[in-house]
Amino acid sequence: MVERRTWFSTFLPHFILIMGVLIVAFPVYVAFVGSSWDAGTIANGTMPLYPGKFLVENYSRALLAGNATAREPVGPMLLNSFIMAIIIAVGKIAISIISAYAVVYFRFPLRQSAFWLIFITLMLPVEVRIYPTYKIVADLGMLDTYAGLAVPLIASATATLLFRQFFMTIPDELVEASKIDGAGPMKFFVDTVLPLSITTIAALFVIQFIYGWNQYLWPLLITTRENMQTIVIGIKKMLVTQDALTEWQLAMATAVLAMLPPVLVVLLMQKLFVRGLVETEK
Amino acid sequence: MAVVTLKDVRKVYAGGVEAVKGVSIDIPDGGFCVLVGPSGCGKSTLLRMVAGLETISSGEVAIGDRVVNDIEPAERDIAMVFQNYALYPHMSVYDNIAYGLRNRKTPKDEIDRRVQEAARILAIEPFLQRKPRALSGGQRQRVAMGRAIVRKPQVFLFDEPLSNLDAKLRVQMRVEIKKLQRALGVTSIYVTHDQVEAMTLSDKLVVMSGGQVEQVGTPTEVYRRPETRFVATFIGSPPMNILPGVVETDGRVSVGGQSLAAADMATDLKPGLAVDVGIRPEEAEIAAPGVAGCAFAIDFVEELGATELLHGTIGEGAFVLQVPTGSVPNGTKQVALTIAPNCVHVFDRETGKRLSRRPAEASKAA
Repeated sequence: MVERRTWFSTFLPHFILIMGVLIVAFPVYVAFVGSSWDAGTIANGTMPLYPGKFLVENYSRALLAGNATAREPVGPMLLNSFIMAIIIAVGKIAISIISAYAVVYFRFPLRQSAFWLIFITLMLPVEVRIYPTYKIVADLGMLDTYAGLAVPLIASATATLLFRQFFMTIPDELVEASKIDGAGPMKFFVDTVLPLSITTIAALFVIQFIYGWNQYLWPLLITTRENMQTIVIGIKKMLVTQDALTEWQLAMATAVLAMLPPVLVVLLMQKLFVRGLVETEK
Repeated sequence: MAVVTLKDVRKVYAGGVEAVKGVSIDIPDGGFCVLVGPSGCGKSTLLRMVAGLETISSGEVAIGDRVVNDIEPAERDIAMVFQNYALYPHMSVYDNIAYGLRNRKTPKDEIDRRVQEAARILAIEPFLQRKPRALSGGQRQRVAMGRAIVRKPQVFLFDEPLSNLDAKLRVQMRVEIKKLQRALGVTSIYVTHDQVEAMTLSDKLVVMSGGQVEQVGTPTEVYRRPETRFVATFIGSPPMNILPGVVETDGRVSVGGQSLAAADMATDLKPGLAVDVGIRPEEAEIAAPGVAGCAFAIDFVEELGATELLHGTIGEGAFVLQVPTGSVPNGTKQVALTIAPNCVHVFDRETGKRLSRRPAEASKAA
């Protein structure tokens, strides 16, 4: 397409992009600035829009010492969230890639029914089935454990569906060539399906890691011990205080810290992630 | 190396569709058998049954003296070349070729020796470390061939291996496949819908239609003596002309008002019987001046370079004549054609079967 550049066609796209970036980035910036002032300045409502000089102090307090209300330092909470998110992401991928492999490549009775059963669980997110799930986890004695935090969230219709769609694009001839080359189902899975799925796996890992990281309701329900708390709950607890002054600077520091791991995951996997979302050539 | 025997092989799909309706073929050791037919004729299904990728509904497939009906593809000692090559996209060319050997626990140095040898035969040595996506279609085709020959199987199976190549490369690869098969002496079954490929490659040509074998023979036999109207029009390019005719006495048949001698026409046909008469475009000749012949009205001319195709009609039937360029002066509207008696093929109008002087069995043996 030949495009004639005018003042207008140069300016307008940039204007729209800049507006978009501002809308997304400004609150993050405010959180960052907030985390660099002392409680008094923020409480007065006189916090300026440039960073203050309490940055190091706030972050070291948030990470190591905890604050007056939550009493739990951010470090262990970050670790809890990280472990939970990793178990959820890895677990989801492991289970759904295997079930998708079964549904696509094996002919067994009730195969379609199995697939549709998995599919309709899309209509039953955690929030809907929260009571029975809680009951089961409680009866199994998994309250306040990593297993209890992660296992109920591992089953994933979305990931199964995605892998199924991807497997269906792998040409049948590859399966047949493998058969003739003497590779059984397990060998075909390990030697061919897994390497071909690597970008899809990366994309799903990023998405599911963030999904796990951002869980709020479920961890809130099943963790009562302070040392099992996740970062999202930690932030929430810092904001609601009965009789003390909310330490906004610590809450903001915690929020900024909470953003870092997902950002890191996205950055590290960006290349694979984008390829996984757009790749069509097999 | 092995003889491949198909005995009354059938394939019925779950819905009751019968894709292959009882096919029996014997392929001699080292033979090159080509299955040819229009799409949907069951040729690929038949090949896939030999490979073990489709179950056999009834009948028997034997490789050597072993019935392989219930044997896994990997155990059948076959190698297959697919239409879209089916190379593993994430493996290098070397690994693609070596994969089958590794799965069979072949010693490492043996694998390396065989892969290098296959690469040398196919001239793909420079690409061994590349991924398939970095190769052209022809090179991928060679890799697919390499994957087959490295295994030293008893039978090669080719499923339209050249259809994804451009015309020039197809001709070149066709010759190479033939040479390679000759050199290795491995029994081969080759599926194609391209009748030129079928003619040039095969020592045994099997023409299929609607799940059944129409004719089995050497390419020359099939070309010279098509057993059915279908084979007559399928093999040969441009296809054989089919004209309505009427049986006369003394082994003659009337076409478009002209009486022609038919050397191979059955003698016990009733005069006046309506039949189909087949004449190849390249076998009719323009009559010398003064000699009587079929009146051929020319509509238009297609230039092919060395030859030209004259399209027109004889009587009511459409007819194509292939002659050397310049045989007919420009603007000629009508010529007379003579046709040698052994170039006139007569077919039953109802069944499409050849109405042959010799019984069909005798002609097959010939």
